[in-house]
Amino acid sequence: METSKISLVSKIFLFIISCLFLGSLFVPMWQIDLDAPQYPEGLVLKLYANKIGGDVEIINGLNHYIGMATLHTENFIEFKILPYIIGAFSLISLGLIFLNNRKFVLAFFATFVLFVILAGVDFYRWNYEYGHNLDPNAAIKVPGMAYQPPLIGYKQLLNFGAYSVPDIGGWMLIIAGTLLFYIVFKGFNLFKRKQNI
Amino acid sequence: MKNKFVQAILVIAFGSALITSCKPKSSGDAVSGDAAEKAYVAPGKYDEFYNFVSGGFSGQLSVYGLPSGRLFRVIPVFSVDPEKGWGYSEETKPMLNTSHGFVPWDDLHHTEMSQTNGEVDGRWVFGNANNTPRIARIDLKTFKTAEIIELPNSGGNHSSPFITENTEYVVAGTRFSVPADYSNGDVPINTYKENYKGHISFVSVDKTSGEMDLAFQILTPGVNFDLSHAGKGKSHGWFFFSCYNTEQANTLLEVNASQRDKDFIMAVNWKKAEEYIKAGKGKKQKVKYAHNTWNEHTHTAKSEMKDEVLVLDASELKDICYMIPCPKSPHGCDVDPTGEFIVGSGKLAALIPVFSFDKLQSAIKNKTFEGDYGGIPVVKYEAALHGEVQKPGLGPLHTEFDGKGNAYTTFFVSSEVVKWDIKTLKVLDRVPTYYSVGHLCIPGGDSKKPFGKYLIAYNKITKDRYLPTGPELAQSAQIFDISGDKMKLILDFPTIGEPHYAQAAPADLIRNNGQLKFYKLDDNKHPFATKGEKEAKVVREGNKVHVYMTSIRSHFAPDNIEGVFLGDEVYFHVTNLEQDWDVPHGFAIKGANNGELLIMPGETTTLKWIPDRVGTYPFYCTDFCSALHQEMQGYIRVSPKGSNVPLQFSLGTNLPATK
Ligand SMILES: [Cu+2]
Repeated sequence: METSKISLVSKIFLFIISCLFLGSLFVPMWQIDLDAPQYPEGLVLKLYANKIGGDVEIINGLNHYIGMATLHTENFIEFKILPYIIGAFSLISLGLIFLNNRKFVLAFFATFVLFVILAGVDFYRWNYEYGHNLDPNAAIKVPGMAYQPPLIGYKQLLNFGAYSVPDIGGWMLIIAGTLLFYIVFKGFNLFKRKQNI
Repeated sequence: MKNKFVQAILVIAFGSALITSCKPKSSGDAVSGDAAEKAYVAPGKYDEFYNFVSGGFSGQLSVYGLPSGRLFRVIPVFSVDPEKGWGYSEETKPMLNTSHGFVPWDDLHHTEMSQTNGEVDGRWVFGNANNTPRIARIDLKTFKTAEIIELPNSGGNHSSPFITENTEYVVAGTRFSVPADYSNGDVPINTYKENYKGHISFVSVDKTSGEMDLAFQILTPGVNFDLSHAGKGKSHGWFFFSCYNTEQANTLLEVNASQRDKDFIMAVNWKKAEEYIKAGKGKKQKVKYAHNTWNEHTHTAKSEMKDEVLVLDASELKDICYMIPCPKSPHGCDVDPTGEFIVGSGKLAALIPVFSFDKLQSAIKNKTFEGDYGGIPVVKYEAALHGEVQKPGLGPLHTEFDGKGNAYTTFFVSSEVVKWDIKTLKVLDRVPTYYSVGHLCIPGGDSKKPFGKYLIAYNKITKDRYLPTGPELAQSAQIFDISGDKMKLILDFPTIGEPHYAQAAPADLIRNNGQLKFYKLDDNKHPFATKGEKEAKVVREGNKVHVYMTSIRSHFAPDNIEGVFLGDEVYFHVTNLEQDWDVPHGFAIKGANNGELLIMPGETTTLKWIPDRVGTYPFYCTDFCSALHQEMQGYIRVSPKGSNVPLQFSLGTNLPATK
């Protein structure tokens, strides 16, 4: 069907989107910055698609005071499947250029949005888990205190200020999502305009 | 001759009176209104320069900030230091080894920073041991002493450790001439003139590793070598040493070595010496000296005994050394940034002679000699002289340069710093010091490129400057702003030990030079390293018990040890598992006869402990490392010899009790 085709600009965008997905696999997706008076240089947790990076060892060392479980990449199934999901997204974006059908683009956009929501929920769940599941024998116990980092934004956790924000990979996904949205949105408009002409 | 000595005293007394009369009434008068502002470095702000100040009889090197005068660190070099476990841990003990055995102290007088193309490069600081002649190299990546080399044939190592413009050599002239180690030293002391010899050591420095090697020595007549400086630029390839006691007296030197009107500056053509070494003119002599090196990977020092040195005889090889007459008992011997002018400071002279390198060269070429001294040609005074600074002050000692054509000389007797023009030799300015100033330092002031903003004077006496502390008072440093025409005192501050010489370099040059924040655990090649708590263990080998221990905030592993017997030697090999900047842990055990440990992140350090009685001993962390630092502790049980307590250790779980 003629009407369901996508424009050349959108195809170029899809190519860029594919590259963004692929590229995001090699850089950190998310970062949690921790600031405390004793750490003027800051501590940072870097979440990649496949691993936890940054000052994990130091943070694990500090977490034992409050009885928080230590972080280890191998304890998260997410780091095993995420690279495949994002890799698949990259391939799909590329495939959409050849499929040349805006409905498929719309479906992919919907899938991506769903993925982002699920990822957010999963991230929140882990943050909650780590922040609340504390060793009852911990050295420091503050009544009513949980150490759940913010999903996004800033939160004070005892002596640490925690900033949870996207890192380069995250921004790449955000740009990819925005471009997808643009394709879908403009796809409709362009099509309509074309019909009018 | 006695008459002259009396005259000198009179001159000093009269001169002092003169100077005193024009001195400000109160020392506070010397400080101008904006001084505090110029020395003020706001909390949290960095200083412009690092200042490496020798600690004299403390045997340590102190690190201050300029212009704030804030003390950052005291680096143990030649003295054991319980604060850092230096000389107490098994790994550092070899650093203080000498041919005389373990010498736990020395007298560190001068510091010298490594240079490239005549400019300070921020890699190493060298320091001398005046007592048991040694040279140390301090690594500025770790601020730790990395190497110490002993010097044979030397007694007192004072004109040291001055360096050539690419750190090719660090030199060391013997202060006391003594019978050479390879000769029979069991001779009557009054045979000084026949049997006592001087040796100048040229210690080469490896370009990349910094490792030192005693390349050769030059044999000279028996005199006292006081200070030295290398030529630079056009005079690169030459070294200049001040000599006193050219009278060759062996008793009551304060009189007997102050007889001659002129002593010497000895000019050494070390490039020529190198040629002679290549041509096989050096004699191998049997000696004994220690060479101690620190291995960054095993965190352990090694002491090697060496038994040979190449010696060149200056009286046989006529064109290595030349004597330049210099009035009177020269002390400081300083070369200006261009390398053309050599300033000799006769500490009993009432003028400052400035020699010209070009003139010296033509004098040598034309053989304008007035004779020889112990086989070494003596150049005619006037032939080498650029000119004399007239009436500069009393007791000139040391000179540094600002790179703008000005020289600054300290005067011990008249307690002042005098600024003068190198070319015209006119005195431009003078400021009083409090009191009895020795060396001075301008950042980069003895290099080709002085930074020239501050001048620091190092004083021997501080009466009335600070709150008194019993019979002994602090020594001090004073910072002058020399950016304008007039020198301005902006701050004085007390120092550790007696500050002799110092060096300074821009802060960024040092802190951006690959400074280490912690040792990577993966790179730790210490033979007794324990890289995780699971590897912690206790192993018996005969009567030696090796404890492979780890430390991390806030516990040791293991923390309960049993099965040690009286008569055992216990070695605590503690590995600090932290991989985080500035998280050292300490280790101390009750009754230890030596010291504690201070273990940097990722480092392994060993304390040897010999329990002296049956009982249970606590051990604990001495460095406040965390909120639970006080809980960082453990116990070791010592049972009578022959009892059947099994060797066991634990952390977190109690093992079945044993009787
Ligand atoms: Cu500790």
